[in-house]
Amino acid sequence: MSAQETLFYVFAGVFAVLGLASGIAILLRRRLAPGTPTATQDNLEARIKAWWIMIACLALAFWIGRAGIIALFAFISLQSLREFISLTHTRRGDHHALVWSFFVFLPLQYVLVAIDWYGLFSILIPVYAFLLLPMAAALGEDTTRFLERAAKVQWGLMICVYCLSHVPALLTLPIAGFEGRNALLVVFLILTVQASDVCQYVWGKLCGRHKLSANISPSKTVEGLIGGVLTSTAVGAALWWMTPFLPWQAALVALAINIMGFFGGFVLSAIKRDRGVKDWGTLIEGHGGMLDRVDSISFSAPVFFHIVRYWWVA
Amino acid sequence: MSLLARGVGALIGGLARLITGVRALWRGCAPEDRLRVYFANHNSHIDFILVWASLPPELRRRTRPVAGADYWLKDAARRFIVNDVFRAVLVDRTRGSQDGGPNPVDLMAESLAGGDSLILFPEGTRNLGDSPLLPFKSGIYHLARCKPEVEFIPVWIENLGRVMPKGALIPVPLLCTLTFGQPLTIVPGEEKEAFLARCRNAMIALAPPAD
Repeated sequence: MSAQETLFYVFAGVFAVLGLASGIAILLRRRLAPGTPTATQDNLEARIKAWWIMIACLALAFWIGRAGIIALFAFISLQSLREFISLTHTRRGDHHALVWSFFVFLPLQYVLVAIDWYGLFSILIPVYAFLLLPMAAALGEDTTRFLERAAKVQWGLMICVYCLSHVPALLTLPIAGFEGRNALLVVFLILTVQASDVCQYVWGKLCGRHKLSANISPSKTVEGLIGGVLTSTAVGAALWWMTPFLPWQAALVALAINIMGFFGGFVLSAIKRDRGVKDWGTLIEGHGGMLDRVDSISFSAPVFFHIVRYWWVA
Repeated sequence: MSLLARGVGALIGGLARLITGVRALWRGCAPEDRLRVYFANHNSHIDFILVWASLPPELRRRTRPVAGADYWLKDAARRFIVNDVFRAVLVDRTRGSQDGGPNPVDLMAESLAGGDSLILFPEGTRNLGDSPLLPFKSGIYHLARCKPEVEFIPVWIENLGRVMPKGALIPVPLLCTLTFGQPLTIVPGEEKEAFLARCRNAMIALAPPAD
């Protein structure tokens, strides 16, 4: 089966799952006794509706191909960085550093993916942005909370741009016997990690009893975490046929990225709690902001990229 | 309004919304077609554009910003924007009515009498420091005295000062939130200081917690 055909069937399968989820939501709505509060049901329906739109955007990007996937993730980075910096304390003196972040480092990082210059791609933000941004900020002549501000801007770039750009960078990995099929690695990563998020939510709602950390995320439960990670690891293992992995390898890789994904959501929740907000934004109805949706991908993408690069790239 | 002015208005409003992703939270009132004075914190020259852009289109046509003549009359482009597009009420901040200029409060009251709501920045000038609000000028009090039937709506603009701080040429696309609070009206016999403090507290109450 060609990569195009495989992608077609995978997306057809995902749309079928979404159809099933919408059907279940309709049944749940019918079973609600009149007069019961519907907040959870409304949120569930909004989430499913948003999934239709998100999967449609992904399908469009994959249909366009390499340029579509790179452009989609550049946009996701832009929106995530907006949300991150909007909630972060910066001062007037940081303006130049922010202009550099949004208009130079963000686009340049994705250009490097597009032209496949791995050497610079891997150090642009951790080294050059790291050195240049505090220089720009220092020229703003404002020392108030300087280290804290510089660290926050760097953190935003790392999470929202550097880490996320490892998703389209999967397209550049030369894997023997897997040529022309790298888009399927992107699909594997997104499906596995997002399945983990969804399964954690579903398991948590169905049988969540023990709060994992009431301080950081009131909605995360031990049952949700274990059920979600195990289910989505099984999902990852079941997707082995579209990857260069053997089934047991696919399961291990899926487990690793699901654990990373969980901690992505967990760490960013800690930042949200500190800032006193529930969501990063309001772009995606039912889910919150863009960063609420991709926090798990941000943490798992570099690890997935390195696993594939270390063991599968000759 | 000329077609060009209307087009430029739509373009500026659309651009402002695109860059700032502005979200309007009508927490204390609904966007209704009533005679109102929206008063907001002032961090940037484009504050009034964002307030204006987050009103529903039918209200925008009946709402005029109050802007500083010294800044907005400097060149032809600014004059066109402020006079033709936004029909701003221009007040001269560099000279008082003693010097023979028209009284700013009279100009604002005239606009209200003509059926147009106002967007006003009671601090009078941009707040470029670290305090959340500068002391208010007394204009808003005199306006409330002379138009006691008008609703005064506190508005908090969050983040716009960071999108385009003083002296910046390039805006950074941070997300802005506008929160509209509960309408205030002046109580008969209310002192100036009491009314200004009430306005100020109503605005501060809309601000997110400082860190």
